[in-house]
Amino acid sequence: MRKGVMRPGHIQIRVLDVEEALKHYRDLMGLIEVERDSQGRAYLKGWTEVDKFSVVLREADEPGMDFVGYKVLDNQTLAKLHGELIEYGCNVEEIPAGELNGCGRRIRFDSPTGHMFEIFAEKEQTGKWGLSNVNPEAWPRGLTGMKATRFDHCLLYGPNIAGTLDLFRNVLGFELAEQVLDPEGTRIAGFLTVGMKAHDVAFIECPEPGKFHHASFFLETWEDVLRAADLISMEDVSLDIGPTRHGLTHGKTIYFFDPSGNRSEVFCGGDYHYPDHEPVTWKAEDLGKAIFYHDRVLNERFLSVLT
Amino acid sequence: MPEQASHLITVVNRNQDFKCAEDQVLLIAMERMRANAINVGCRGGGCGVCKIRILQGEYECKRMSKAHISETDQQQGYVLACRVFPRTDLEIEADHYQAQESCYANEDGRIASG
Repeated sequence: MRKGVMRPGHIQIRVLDVEEALKHYRDLMGLIEVERDSQGRAYLKGWTEVDKFSVVLREADEPGMDFVGYKVLDNQTLAKLHGELIEYGCNVEEIPAGELNGCGRRIRFDSPTGHMFEIFAEKEQTGKWGLSNVNPEAWPRGLTGMKATRFDHCLLYGPNIAGTLDLFRNVLGFELAEQVLDPEGTRIAGFLTVGMKAHDVAFIECPEPGKFHHASFFLETWEDVLRAADLISMEDVSLDIGPTRHGLTHGKTIYFFDPSGNRSEVFCGGDYHYPDHEPVTWKAEDLGKAIFYHDRVLNERFLSVLT
Repeated sequence: MPEQASHLITVVNRNQDFKCAEDQVLLIAMERMRANAINVGCRGGGCGVCKIRILQGEYECKRMSKAHISETDQQQGYVLACRVFPRTDLEIEADHYQAQESCYANEDGRIASG
């Protein structure tokens, strides 16, 4: 949090049909549906999240990701980073408060990998869903499906990850927690964190700009991941791979697709990172083990299927 | 309940065929038959991997990503097999997805960072 960026705040995902998408994100994954706005966008959140929403679904002709937003400490930090983003050379746009219901002023900026990001300081805090902030119970009743606890991170594909990593590290204060290096020492993947988590966002080198690999949601236990796998079979949901473990971050995971082909992940566990930690390195030659620690073999679909 | 009408799907450039019911999409029917005639991606109309061309026959489509199927494409019979319901027997051509190769799959396609 060197520069006052606290955490991932929200992701806006494009879907071909909002009602079908809600069956995935709300009924299957167990996110809480918060509200709809005048544009027809659906707002959701994981039950442990204190802010009003973290996932926005927008109906569009082309699936993928519109933007990811990160929450910063306060308006002073927002103003300071606004200036630094302009100075760095990003195309920066100011989105007025209320454009997303309950969210304050957002500063939107582009990146060398072709993705759009935002920072914001204020969002309505509705608290953890179904729990009081005083003497809270362990969990709320009435959760559905996988009972996903929070939007955790996303993985994005695009060209020039070196450029986007530089932006995130030097302007926004993210740390490089893990990386994949090829034999020439070129970084082909970078996992960045802004706190203690193994990652808050990750990038993989790919010729096509602005591509979306997955949005990931946190579960508490391996048993929860297996139960998510059961639900994927019960509902005949399009499975990508898992349950398995990653070498990178050592998270235990399963990947599957929403009804518009956007990839979702639920995972548990994973390593932690402090600012004095050297980045963990995986060799590109061992990418099979880095990505799928048990099979140790790459699944082409995992690398090439993107929205 | 009467069984859904089933149609024969012939994949001309793969010399394979499989049956697909009217309430099934081509890609899922193919996977259930354990055939390997169309490449499988997200199965949701988003990634473009299962892009095919329908040469002959009647069909209906659910919404597909415009990034992969433009209106012109659609007029020319290009579709994503995960979104197509057959209404008659179909003759199709597989392998119409032009991948932007992943940097791992294609060394030459790798863009040096930095």
